[in-house]
Amino acid sequence: MNPTFQNAVKYQKELKRDLAAEILASPGGEKVLSCLQCGTCGGACPLAPYMDYTPRRLIGMVREGFKQEAIESFSIWLCASCYECTVRCPAGIKVTDVMYGLKRIAIREGIYPRHFPVPEVAKEFIKMLKGAGRTNEFWLVLKVLLKTAPLKLLSGWPLGLQLWRHGRLCLLMNRIPKAAGADVRQMLDSVGERQ
Amino acid sequence: MHGFARHCQDSLYAVFRTLGLELRELEGWNCCGATTYISIDENQALTLAARNLALAERARGELVAPCNACFMVLKKTQDYLARYQELRARILPVLDKAGLHYEGKVKIRHPLEILLRDVGVKALKERVTRPLTGWKVAPYYGCLLVRPYALDNGFTLDKFDAFIPALGATLVDFEFKARCCGGSLTGTIEEVGERLVYILLQQAKRCNADVMVTVCPLCQLNLEAHQSKIVRRYGEDVKITVPYFTQLIGLALGIPSRELGLEKLLVPLREELISGVRGGKVPAMTASGRAA
Repeated sequence: MNPTFQNAVKYQKELKRDLAAEILASPGGEKVLSCLQCGTCGGACPLAPYMDYTPRRLIGMVREGFKQEAIESFSIWLCASCYECTVRCPAGIKVTDVMYGLKRIAIREGIYPRHFPVPEVAKEFIKMLKGAGRTNEFWLVLKVLLKTAPLKLLSGWPLGLQLWRHGRLCLLMNRIPKAAGADVRQMLDSVGERQ
Repeated sequence: MHGFARHCQDSLYAVFRTLGLELRELEGWNCCGATTYISIDENQALTLAARNLALAERARGELVAPCNACFMVLKKTQDYLARYQELRARILPVLDKAGLHYEGKVKIRHPLEILLRDVGVKALKERVTRPLTGWKVAPYYGCLLVRPYALDNGFTLDKFDAFIPALGATLVDFEFKARCCGGSLTGTIEEVGERLVYILLQQAKRCNADVMVTVCPLCQLNLEAHQSKIVRRYGEDVKITVPYFTQLIGLALGIPSRELGLEKLLVPLREELISGVRGGKVPAMTASGRAA
């Protein structure tokens, strides 16, 4: 798939400089400016064949300020954090971290398809972590499916049953000890949301 | 590891206990956020992992992460805090306020690396009472154990591979051993996730592997939980058993299979493989992997 930039950005003034500013503010983020557009990241990425914009294009878009296209891209949700891009980049760009940065912006601004599981998993995960200090896959999956695709509970029950019969479903929530949990919540508040 | 990965936890403890190595669960640990929290907030994600590192320092131990994602997150956090002053300034005071002093010196380890480095291949081999003779084992390490942080001193994949011949098994030359399994994509964007898994399973089958051994509980679940679906989708028999590495090691060390959670595997070990290990000869295997 090779999308062209239709009607998105026509004029210099439409470019959003705050996109680059935010990505560059991450540790090591300034390396993005050294991108030589060699395409090694896209070539190494196991998810690239399924992406609309490859990692290389996304880095270029971030640098220039094609904000809407970047955070609307499907690519950022396909990223599996395998770090192939990061370890191979000749310019030392933390490409995976750029993907995380784009995900953060997209989630913050609510730019993702309705009932799309990837951002919903992230949001549910954080909620669970803040509450119990730890996570439980069973409840996480259940909550996300109820929110995004309840019908999948019907089609997915064979796997659930199989896991249950093999003793791999733990319904008990493993909670962090109370005092430690209070510490964790306090720490998260102190660090605060993005500066 | 209490739920989906119960068998990984059980076999890990069983093997370490048998070899006389002490594993203590880190008291008051919190979820490190894996590769998920950072999609919401980067500083908070680093803080979560830093807390675990500080707890381990206080407990004066080495931090063992049996899961690739946790391993990577801990390594990354330690590295970033060492390298970026602005992160230290932001996060360390928060830890201090909770009574945790972060030094950044704790050693982060993976259980397989501990077995190979601290116990050693030779010693491991000597403890094997039921060699996995004739087993063709394809090693699968996944991504986050080897990227972006390799274990120190260039602990390469070849060094990891050494545990397979030590158990008496045959090492299969599996070139996709560090290719992404898709992680959580099999649950969220199934078509793509399953394709990545299919590519790995297919390659293992082409190499005539009997089993594909993993070192990460998520990879382990990913690779075995969707095999029926994948077989239906691609019309190819790519079913293969995917044990967690301590299950294989435990088997070779003579630990009873119940303690290793072998019955918890969704794609069970083939009967002829198991009976070969329990004593008696391993039946001759034909090219298709079926007993002759």
